[in-house]
Amino acid sequence: MDLVASLLEGNRLSLARLITQVENRTSEGLAALSELFPSTGRAHLIGVTGAPGTGKSSLVNQLTLAYRQPMKETSGRRKDPLRVAIVAVDPTSPFTGGAILGDRVRMRDLAGDPGVFIRSMATRGSLGGLASATAAVVQILDAAGFDVILIETVGAGQAEVDIARLAHTTLVIEAPGLGDEIQAIKAGLLEVADILVVNKADHPGVEATERALRGMLQLAHPVPHIFHHHGKLERVGTPPVGQIDQCDWIPPILRTVATEGIGIPDLMDSIDRHSQYLRESGEWQRREAARLENELNNLLLEALMSRFRTSMQEAHYGSVLSEVLARQLSPWQAVEVLINGGNR
Amino acid sequence: MSERKIRILIAKPGLDGHDRGAKVVARALRDAGMEVIYTGLRQTPEMIAEAALQEDVDAVGLSILSGAHMALVPRIFELLRANGQGHVRIFLGGIVPDDDIPKLIEMGVSGVYGPGTLTEVIVHDLKNKISSELIG
Repeated sequence: MDLVASLLEGNRLSLARLITQVENRTSEGLAALSELFPSTGRAHLIGVTGAPGTGKSSLVNQLTLAYRQPMKETSGRRKDPLRVAIVAVDPTSPFTGGAILGDRVRMRDLAGDPGVFIRSMATRGSLGGLASATAAVVQILDAAGFDVILIETVGAGQAEVDIARLAHTTLVIEAPGLGDEIQAIKAGLLEVADILVVNKADHPGVEATERALRGMLQLAHPVPHIFHHHGKLERVGTPPVGQIDQCDWIPPILRTVATEGIGIPDLMDSIDRHSQYLRESGEWQRREAARLENELNNLLLEALMSRFRTSMQEAHYGSVLSEVLARQLSPWQAVEVLINGGNR
Repeated sequence: MSERKIRILIAKPGLDGHDRGAKVVARALRDAGMEVIYTGLRQTPEMIAEAALQEDVDAVGLSILSGAHMALVPRIFELLRANGQGHVRIFLGGIVPDDDIPKLIEMGVSGVYGPGTLTEVIVHDLKNKISSELIG
């Protein structure tokens, strides 16, 4: 039977096989993607990112356990637990092309649950914290009917922010003792957080980490406050409306101890509130649009590049490259020559 | 771009905590350009088969030092077949008495690599067996 039909019937082997096809960009995989694309767009995509060793995999494990609990009666009647897929990305060695994908080690609690599907992916040379096929793999899982897809990035430093373009909700995981306040005001990873998590909150230094993050957030989202300064009451208001971005979502900062499950219910609440905010504010549609546009642009870039390279004679490219190596052409001039055939 | 990567699951069934060998093999396969899914200690046959399915691996490497290989290996084969993954190779490392090796090969184990095996041998065997299947 063909893989797509059997995937839609819930066959897990077909799902796994199809993911491999998509990762390897076989023609079968690409055809399946096109067939499945209309049934995507239903899952809540949650990104989990942060530096190596902050506890991303352990948190993903705990979040999945929480999603797999039957839903509370407060929402009316008891509903079935959500089905959860996990895409865990680890780096490919730039030297050998091999990879060790070790995120499952922290997810052993999830074994044996038919409502959970875990897939490890290697970056295969892509920078930015995800593999270039991650978006496509997420689409397959979405079409397969998972309600929540948790996407765990590689241990990310400062600029691996691709996840924010893919996920609806991005969690940035910090841990105590990783850097001072100046790290917190740099651009990059922290800016893309919808929710900030200080994991390992039982370790010393958690207050300092939280204070640095809070300080960073207050620069981005000023709130009026009153304080004593040399014995005088000082009043600091917010800038008038219009000078700052009107922003109705201020990222909450939450403390967790993922290995013990501490702080997980609050984190789940924040994720739910964020999802509600996205839907009510219209931000969900905006993010979907931005995500699909970004994916389209990436594919276009790649296709144009490969078409350009196949249309060009290798010798011509080689001769221009050697002029660059000889410092006779700058790389900018070389591009001009290659694209417009300009003079040198 | 459509290069086919070999994907291997390295698992350690049983209750002992000696995973040095499993890590050495995982690292050697990584250095040979394979994608190695490492699952860690104390895996049950059910957990191993489930991971092999979700990760769509070509082979499963088991590190067994407990002497339980004659029970674990048939069980894992059985679960893989039940999942439609009869094509997945199983290879073993750890402590396996010489007398058991022919029986394991008979069951379908593709190789038994005891202490002192050169990692190059394991890499070579896997590449040969798996790439011949991919072409065929």
